[in-house]
Amino acid sequence: MNYTPAEMMTVAASRALDNRDVCFVGIGVPSAACNLARLTHAPNIHLIYESGTLGTRPDVLPLSIGDGELCETALTTVSVPEIFRYWLQGGHITVGFLGGAQVDRFGNLNSTVIGNYAKPKVRLPGSGGATEIATGAEQIFIVMRQGERSFVERLDFLTTLGHGRTGRERRKLGIRTRGPTMLVSDLCTMRPERETNEMVVVSLHPGITSEQVCRNTGWPVRFADTVVETIPPTSEELEVLRDLHARTARAHGTAGGNE
Amino acid sequence: MQFLTLEDAVAQHVHDGDQVALEGFTHLIPFAAGHEIIRQKRKDLMLIRMTPDLLYDQMIGMGAARKLVFSWGGNPGVGSLHRLRDAVERGWPAPLEVVEHSHAAMANAYEAGAAGMPCAFFRGYRGSDLPNVNPDIRFVPCPFTGEELACIPAIRPDVTIIHAQKADRDGNVLIEGIVGVQKEAVLAARRAIVTVEEVVHDFGLRSSNAVILPAWVISAVVVAPNGARPSYAHGYYSRDNAFYIAWDEIARDRETFQSWMQEHVLR
Repeated sequence: MNYTPAEMMTVAASRALDNRDVCFVGIGVPSAACNLARLTHAPNIHLIYESGTLGTRPDVLPLSIGDGELCETALTTVSVPEIFRYWLQGGHITVGFLGGAQVDRFGNLNSTVIGNYAKPKVRLPGSGGATEIATGAEQIFIVMRQGERSFVERLDFLTTLGHGRTGRERRKLGIRTRGPTMLVSDLCTMRPERETNEMVVVSLHPGITSEQVCRNTGWPVRFADTVVETIPPTSEELEVLRDLHARTARAHGTAGGNE
Repeated sequence: MQFLTLEDAVAQHVHDGDQVALEGFTHLIPFAAGHEIIRQKRKDLMLIRMTPDLLYDQMIGMGAARKLVFSWGGNPGVGSLHRLRDAVERGWPAPLEVVEHSHAAMANAYEAGAAGMPCAFFRGYRGSDLPNVNPDIRFVPCPFTGEELACIPAIRPDVTIIHAQKADRDGNVLIEGIVGVQKEAVLAARRAIVTVEEVVHDFGLRSSNAVILPAWVISAVVVAPNGARPSYAHGYYSRDNAFYIAWDEIARDRETFQSWMQEHVLR
């Protein structure tokens, strides 16, 4: 079956989720990946959206973080202060799924501004839940389309901590959670190298060359000693994902956009 | 608590220069009340809201705000809030001062306001640049463990406005579904206006743990059917996702925006 780079990215991200995970979900690709996991290999995964819905099982992807579908299919719905204080800060989340406008080699994220903060060229939405998800969840998966302008040498603003500007900030700040353990793009999968915490390519999606990855990365990207080819999406994964997107498009005239 | 018309509630309780929080986390966003504030031409407001959404895009674009306190300013699932961006990037229609937080911070700050505390402590902002651009974000050591904790001032709005499903005849208010920070925002405020879909004789069968705001913490209850559209009211109508998508085009251009507001809000 043919598939798009975006489908490969969503499928690769979904495979990293485990049936026992309690996952704090963002809108866009993370939401598609988490629900794909739930509808395929991880039927018992617990999905939590920051609007307060615990254990939600949406039939269509929400357009916003607080669509009615999330509440109607949830085990229970709590207040927003409770979701951040008890459930996230309290240490009940195993995986946080994040994206942003820019990522650097240590998995730090910018979702605040392009350009200068006081006089921005582009004012982006801001942190939302990300800043505390990044330190409260046991580990973080980042999913983003790869390009020179998004995978950058230097962030214009560090909204959300990955491994910090030196790669070793977390320990220095006394943070005990693991931070970004995986960065999935439409070209490849990266994981932090032991010791340095620099994101290195561990897997190339089928048909993607290392040159393409280099061209689309703003820092001199490095590759792990062994780089494998990502297993292409199975027909079951593609069918479930396409059904989900089709149901979503019928429900609100979009494929479930990006936060 | 008084039952008032929307016009009277805004006239009596929202003043130029006030700190105003219109809350509702995606769900139950008080659009009707925000539109009345625009019609009454309130100025220099300090707008507070976790997710500014289309409503604050409209209020900012119409020049009602001098300052925005927020934690995520986008059109959910669609993209930018173009009026918010125009104000920040190009000072149109007026420069907008922004005080920027994370969701966890604002949720904690509302809770601190509701609890009568001067500030909120939480484990947050670690390693982020946000404390460098927002002097309200400080760090203090825990007196018992020494752990550095983030500390921000409580949110204490002059007036909070929310939308809810029902009030009973005495003006008690029932909120169901995604309840967001509405209870905290009401209890943190000096005055509170609640718009509702309908007034019922009594709430009837309900969970003992239903979210109910007693009439004595509310200044005014206003009957405003469809008052949360194009957001939604659980049990009444669903979110108009197509309009959220359409807003992207409407708000992108200053003139298109102004004529839309003229036609649909100012009338």
